[in-house]
Amino acid sequence: MKKIVISLVILGLVAVTTIGLLSSHVVEQSQLSLLRARLEKKKSIPVDHSKFPELQKKFTSPQQVTETCITCHNKTADQVIHSNHWNWEREEYIQGRGIVYLGKKNAINNFCIGVEGNEQSCAKCHIGFGMTAKGFSFTDPKNIDCLVCHDNTETYSKGNEMGGAPDPSVDLNKIAQNVGEPNRSNCGVCHFYGGGGNNVKHGDLEKSMFEPTRDIDVHMATTGPNFSCVECHTTVDHNISGKLYSLSSMNRNRATCEQCHTSNPHDSEILNKHTYKIACQTCHIPVYAKENATKVAWDWSTAGQLKDDKPYEVDDSDGNHTYLSIKGSFKWGKNLKPDYVWFNGTAEHYLLGDTIKDVSKPLVLNQLNGSYLDKESKIIPVKIHRAKQPYDPVTRLLIQPKLFAEKKGEGAFWKDFDWEKAAEVGMKDVNLPFSGKIEFIQTEMYWPLNHMVSSKDKSLTCTDCHTRDNSRLAGLNDFYMPARDYSPFIDYAGLTVVLLSFAGVFAHGTLRIVSSRKRKRGMNNEK
Amino acid sequence: MKNKVYIYRSFERFWHWMQAILIFFLAATGFEIHGVINFFGYANAVKYHSVAAYIFIILIVFAIFWHFATGEWKQYVPTLEHLRSQIDFYLVGIFRNAPHPTKKSVLSKLNPLQKLVYLALKILVIPTMVISGLLYMFYRYPQKGGIEGLNIDSINVIALFHTAGAFLLLAFIIVHLYLVTTGTTITSNLKAMITGYEEIETEEGSNEEKSNKTNLKEEVVNE
Repeated sequence: MKKIVISLVILGLVAVTTIGLLSSHVVEQSQLSLLRARLEKKKSIPVDHSKFPELQKKFTSPQQVTETCITCHNKTADQVIHSNHWNWEREEYIQGRGIVYLGKKNAINNFCIGVEGNEQSCAKCHIGFGMTAKGFSFTDPKNIDCLVCHDNTETYSKGNEMGGAPDPSVDLNKIAQNVGEPNRSNCGVCHFYGGGGNNVKHGDLEKSMFEPTRDIDVHMATTGPNFSCVECHTTVDHNISGKLYSLSSMNRNRATCEQCHTSNPHDSEILNKHTYKIACQTCHIPVYAKENATKVAWDWSTAGQLKDDKPYEVDDSDGNHTYLSIKGSFKWGKNLKPDYVWFNGTAEHYLLGDTIKDVSKPLVLNQLNGSYLDKESKIIPVKIHRAKQPYDPVTRLLIQPKLFAEKKGEGAFWKDFDWEKAAEVGMKDVNLPFSGKIEFIQTEMYWPLNHMVSSKDKSLTCTDCHTRDNSRLAGLNDFYMPARDYSPFIDYAGLTVVLLSFAGVFAHGTLRIVSSRKRKRGMNNEK
Repeated sequence: MKNKVYIYRSFERFWHWMQAILIFFLAATGFEIHGVINFFGYANAVKYHSVAAYIFIILIVFAIFWHFATGEWKQYVPTLEHLRSQIDFYLVGIFRNAPHPTKKSVLSKLNPLQKLVYLALKILVIPTMVISGLLYMFYRYPQKGGIEGLNIDSINVIALFHTAGAFLLLAFIIVHLYLVTTGTTITSNLKAMITGYEEIETEEGSNEEKSNKTNLKEEVVNE
């Protein structure tokens, strides 16, 4: 008896120590407390721009403001002129292609297709002035639009189709005297409306992010940390970190969760191990387009229908366009579950002039590279935007149509509604051949989701992925995942063995009972 | 005549019951991790499964030491002798109230069929489970984390072995639990494993003569 007690006590102790060792963890306090301290400190601006005499004189053009800015900020213009916000492109190395200056000038998307020939209207989201169809100087510092990013009065706005110039109603003096670090509104005015409307492109960046609730985004929540964009998108010399892979290709200068949260953010070791292969966003952005719908499909092939010779629009109950004569038909989605892909931080792109290899399947315009076996790859959540857009079946080139013009007769699709004319003029503008034939091809774009981070309690849990049915990762099949995956052979063979054991035991037991009863009866009879 | 013999020593009984509890617990948590039951919650199942696995490994280390220190490992040396008659007993004799073909004793507590099955468990199934389980826990995701020497690209094969072993253990337990009832009386085996004592027939019988040749030691002890 003593022995039993002693060995029980020893094993109990061993068990307790094991459990203790296994569940103990080192909490990274320093990072978190540093962050808290930083957030609690009020930012103060070292200068009061309203006191500068240079900013008192009446500005009559936005260029005058810029010229005044750079008299003091005398190195800033050079920084800006080398930034991708100004150039609309980045120097990127793409496997198999070499060094490419990748940007809006040579990439094609499956929303409004491209900016080429449409600069006047697209320039509403360029940090410059004077962007007309041809001859914009990317080296003239006078054309830098300082105010669009640094206005802290929330009153600056660019005019429609003015080549990037501010709306005439804007009070340039007042704004120039109240400049500062960019707020959410400075970034959001372009980045929330990309593609010609709220939340058309990203899905996770839209107008609800101007003043988000905690449900929409834990970091930017006005009731919480109230982050501005540049809190995470840290900036050195006007080079803003973070970029989206719709228009970038290399794994560099990214804004990451780890820069604050480290790569071991969880108390649980097994969760930390998940970060080897799973991006933070995968679990912590369980849904996107939480407040307003995002565009998920765009069919250009239906564009051009007119009513009484006039373009028209059809809206859904939320006020989103489902049909526009100038653009075609759209599908929208709200509170969407992301799609999931492997991603190693590099991407390939369809560039203007590339020949489509296989027209029978959807053409991916920005292929995100990655796989389970690739050591840099992690699973990330994406929004997939699907479209049907024009291509030339003879040359197998995607078509850059001329879309916008001031008036009819210049071939612009949005005025003349003639695909062939728009394609002819548009392709001529970019010096590419056009056979005269137009067909529509299905295309896909992958938009990594990084915003609308949910609170801890709303993040994914184990069984969102680790489950037989409806796993979030049902589409990623290049690896074995516990609970989702099994070998049908082993499971069915195993189950058969177990059931046969039960059956055998049951049959044997029954026979024993029956035979023993018979024996007893026999013995009774003998008596 | 029948003697009360101390047949299972305290550590042996403790090891047996601890192992029983752990296997049941590992099966429950394991099949939850496998995605076929839902009881503890997935995260808990994973955590508990690991903790139970470590306890099991410690138990195994103690048990191995015990087996060699006491020489009890010899109990598991397989023999073909009487294997046939043991099988015949389970298939035929048991229904006719025939006596057990082999006698239980301190030096030979396992019948030939038990020797074979337990040995297979000890050298095939349990090692498979321990090794695949440790690989499952410590394998390195492709080129990241974990132990550098264990740079395994996929846990597919590991998981399949671990699952197959689990099914085998489950089948073993079902049959084992049933065969507990096939002792001298329905509960005699169970009582023996709880108290350590079992009433063992030491009378000279027809079967004893056969086993005399092979189990001389047993005879000595019985006398």
